[in-house]
Amino acid sequence: MKYRVTHTTSYLYTAPVATCRNQACLLPRETSRQKCLTSDLQILPGPSDLRERRDFFGNRLTHFAIQEAHKELVVTATSEVSVAATPLAPPPAGKRSWEQVARLLATDRSRQTLDALPYLFDSPFIKESRQLIDYARPSFPADRPLVEAVSDLMQRIYRDFKYDPGFTSISTPLAEVLKNRRGVCQDFAHLGIGCLRSIGLAARYVSGYIETLPPPGQERLVGADASHAWFAVYAPDAGWIDFDPTNNQLPMEQHITVSWGRDFSDVSPLRGIALGGGKHKVVVSVDVARQADNMA
Amino acid sequence: MTFAARQAGRSETDRVKQETEQRNISAGQSFVTELGQTQSLRAAVGSLSKHEQELMQTIDKLGVNRLERRRKEAQRLLRENGATHNVFDPLDTPRSWQFDPIPLIISSEEWAQLEAGLVQRAELLDLILADIYGPRKLIEKGLLPAELIFAHKGFLWPCVGLLPPTERHLNLYSANLVRGRDGRFWVIEDRPQLPHGSGYALENRIVMAQSFPRLFEDFQVHRLAMYFRALRTSLTQLARHNRAEPHIVVLTPGPEHDAYFEHAYLAAYLGYPLVQGGDLVVRDGFVWLKSVGGLQQVDVILRRLNDDLCDPLELRGDSLFGVPGLLEAVRRGNVATANTIGSSVLENPALMAFLPSLSRQLLGEELRLPSVATWWCGQPRERDFVLDNLDKLVVRPIHPLPGVRQMVPWELSGAEIEIWRERIFEAPHLYVGQELASLATAPSFVSDRIEPRTSIISTFLTAQEHSYVAMPGGLTRINATRDSLLIPNQEGRGCKDTWVLTPEPGKQVTFWRQAQPDQLIKPLIRTLPSRAAENLYWTGRYAERTEATSRLLRSILGKLRELKEFRDPDDRRNIEQLLPALTHVTATYPGFVGKNAAEKLADPREELLSLAADSKRQGSLRSTLRSLARSAYPVRDLLPEDAWRVVDNMQQNWRPKVVISQIGSGRLYDNINSLVVKLSAFSGLTHENMSRETAWLLLNIGRRLERALNLIELLKATLVPCYDPAMEAQMMETVLTTSNSLIVFRRRYRSFMQLSTILELLLKDESYPRALAYQLHQLQRHIEGLPRDQPTDAPRADEQLIARALADLRNIDHRQLTHLSGSDSTYPLLEKFLMAQKEHLDKLSGVLVQLYFSPVQVLQQMGATARQDRSS
Repeated sequence: MKYRVTHTTSYLYTAPVATCRNQACLLPRETSRQKCLTSDLQILPGPSDLRERRDFFGNRLTHFAIQEAHKELVVTATSEVSVAATPLAPPPAGKRSWEQVARLLATDRSRQTLDALPYLFDSPFIKESRQLIDYARPSFPADRPLVEAVSDLMQRIYRDFKYDPGFTSISTPLAEVLKNRRGVCQDFAHLGIGCLRSIGLAARYVSGYIETLPPPGQERLVGADASHAWFAVYAPDAGWIDFDPTNNQLPMEQHITVSWGRDFSDVSPLRGIALGGGKHKVVVSVDVARQADNMA
Repeated sequence: MTFAARQAGRSETDRVKQETEQRNISAGQSFVTELGQTQSLRAAVGSLSKHEQELMQTIDKLGVNRLERRRKEAQRLLRENGATHNVFDPLDTPRSWQFDPIPLIISSEEWAQLEAGLVQRAELLDLILADIYGPRKLIEKGLLPAELIFAHKGFLWPCVGLLPPTERHLNLYSANLVRGRDGRFWVIEDRPQLPHGSGYALENRIVMAQSFPRLFEDFQVHRLAMYFRALRTSLTQLARHNRAEPHIVVLTPGPEHDAYFEHAYLAAYLGYPLVQGGDLVVRDGFVWLKSVGGLQQVDVILRRLNDDLCDPLELRGDSLFGVPGLLEAVRRGNVATANTIGSSVLENPALMAFLPSLSRQLLGEELRLPSVATWWCGQPRERDFVLDNLDKLVVRPIHPLPGVRQMVPWELSGAEIEIWRERIFEAPHLYVGQELASLATAPSFVSDRIEPRTSIISTFLTAQEHSYVAMPGGLTRINATRDSLLIPNQEGRGCKDTWVLTPEPGKQVTFWRQAQPDQLIKPLIRTLPSRAAENLYWTGRYAERTEATSRLLRSILGKLRELKEFRDPDDRRNIEQLLPALTHVTATYPGFVGKNAAEKLADPREELLSLAADSKRQGSLRSTLRSLARSAYPVRDLLPEDAWRVVDNMQQNWRPKVVISQIGSGRLYDNINSLVVKLSAFSGLTHENMSRETAWLLLNIGRRLERALNLIELLKATLVPCYDPAMEAQMMETVLTTSNSLIVFRRRYRSFMQLSTILELLLKDESYPRALAYQLHQLQRHIEGLPRDQPTDAPRADEQLIARALADLRNIDHRQLTHLSGSDSTYPLLEKFLMAQKEHLDKLSGVLVQLYFSPVQVLQQMGATARQDRSS
């Protein structure tokens, strides 16, 4: 499937900002089943000091500064990506029990396992806890194959938690989400990761988009989408397997990956420090448009 | 839930986790199964070493009384230099640290061993640091557990791959040592991030040499200058641009930080500007220092700011102290920092358990300098050992944890120890247990007698070429009480000099660079950093404000005394006019003009006392003196040598012991008299000793502007209202006295009191240092002398403003200002003119801040509120 994604972030200030310096994580990375055909970052007013680099996790980071006074900053990322379908059946390696995987992570020091280690421990938004172990426990009986257990965990998060954009904010701790059983996709991804890490598995946060289809007979609304997030678990041999607890599905052709990290803090789409500016308002619009696929 | 119940309820998942832990690679951690191994190594040495005996003989000759007298002198010097008294402390409390004049002695043989051990340790930690932010082979080979890196807060993810291609990445290193009873040294703490205390060590030495010069005659003591010279060379070599004369700055979190004294002290000693995050800016991938003449490129930053606070863009977003974009500038190779940002990952006591095996692996050598016995709980054997010995071990987290300091078992109840047991069980990898060996003591002079005390010695190293140089000495802090056991992190209550003896007699090492006889050395005059400029400007303003307040207060007190003696109603009316002037000049509203003014005018004593002595009241003499000290302290190396001492003396000693009933008795009057003399000493010192560079210009701009504003306020409050002739003459006399102009006036105008002649003298005379015209004229000249960012022909805003003010003043006819029409109760033209002048000057002050200083700009974090919340 081929998409054209437009992600626009506007900062509107009540007073002029003298200068600002930013870091964007908006350009999609390539994955085993995703190709980034074109990508472009438009910044207004014109940036200086712009440079793209790869971060620790291999994401595409763009550093830039605005060195002239401004009251509005608009950053638009436009990318064309093609996403290949995932095979439905889990790969054979997925048959390993979750304990076997946890043991491997603790003892094996092959290159592949080493690369998974950064995702095994606490991160700024996700701290392992007894509560998370307790929540994970029913999905992880002895000897259960990893993929089956994680699928069950995803399903339970989907069933047990209410999607409620008004309830949580960026600073709501995971314990609150767990207690009140509500949140948004970011919270659900963090929750899944926290459960997995608490029992010794490596899990990462994936930031991206999902294609939304309008109800039958209605026009698709341009710009009404938003960025999305889910989690992935490390399965030896198979690599990383994605799970979307918000939609209770294994991400397939409709999920577009931008970046991944230990949690949201590693992949915040646009962060910055502004000098001055008074109060600010942020407006985000995302548009995911399916393109005619001439590659097939 | 109790621990037992929790354990009973442990589930399948926990068991698996435990089991995987069991299989965790245990290699690497040197494991001691029995406590007390360190003790058994110790020989029972309770007596003094040869050198200590010699030292004690000398001290005996000195006698306790003389020792105490000299100690007090040393303590005074320390206080004066700011080491033990922080002028920025909001509570104004001196730090309770005592100077102990008996140095800690390390023989040259002992030092040779210790030095080799320290250098080896620095080299080892440097290799570990390079691996952690580079290939991470140590994890791969099982030499370091992954959680000691990935789960440690000091590991900064954006810093991976950031290390510059230099020989050494750990530029600075500090180890805290203790001495066992066998005389061996043990490392109790590695401090690789911000080696704290080298400035104090230097300060101790200087004070010691001043107060006890005789002691140095009997011993050959290593000098410290050599270390600082190595440090300077090391910093210079870090520069990747301007290698000949790199621009190096010291970055401090600011005056509120409790080690600010040391930052300022080091900066002044090394000759580098002391800057705060707000003074630096990243542009075009480089770091720049805001200075009076525009932006200046910075090549090396000696930082005294924690790693995670250095760059709010990539590290802690809520940091107000950092420089946004600093990491990117480092990444691009345009600036270097010492220490390398990210070295906080080495500030982890758990590493101590792995150093012996890492030393063998990485250096092929045994670790020379042992650490105190340390068990990291992240591995099951060690964890169980720590849990079994919780009553004997000190437990510390591997990195700072909110609300968790360290567990000292003998300070806790059984229930509290259980809480710790739970903590360790929940996250064992976050804790270590450490054995606190019983330690050797050294003779210390405390509370008038000599006692044995245990101590912690901080040592300092700096990278040089392929290896490290250690400071031959250090900072020794002695324990608070005779019996207290030694505890890491706890600040000792006393400090002493640390002597490393040298067999070579009197080898002179100076801090100065050696020049070749025919070498042509060009003077280097860098433009003044904005922060220093601002402090100098305020030093000038506060010094002048103190003087104006003092003089006016003194006049009023004089009048009060006359009133007491002669009970002349004219005196009372005169005072009632003067009191509001005091409120206006000091801007201490409501004071004698606002609400309840009548009450205060009837009995002004309480308000007067408050204006003299209340430290919490802005505008009072006491608070203005403190502001003066706060402004002058950071720039004291730009002021003449004795100037800071005068400021400190005024600030320290202005604590008038006067009760309300004594106001008007003459006591406070006398106090103010001596204060005015000290203020003159300060202004004389600066006037006679400073080169007429930017620093002097700014100090004087502050002084002239303040004097002009004070004069305007005084005239507005006293001479604008109309009085009857007798009263008017009295008022004029007071104004002349207050502005120190009575003698000049009398001589020039032969005792004819007349408003217009007073105005001629106090407003119009450009050659008279108390006149408004003089202030404006000087301001104009000084402002023209300031460096410009870019040469342009158009006059700057500050030049325009001062030119306007001066032109207005020159154009006005002082005789016209006293014109009255009909029933006027005030001189309207005079008032209007003074208001207009004040407005010009207030504007000028604002413009100066914008043009030359570092106006506070609020940093705000963007992106913190945007979250990902798509559902479908």
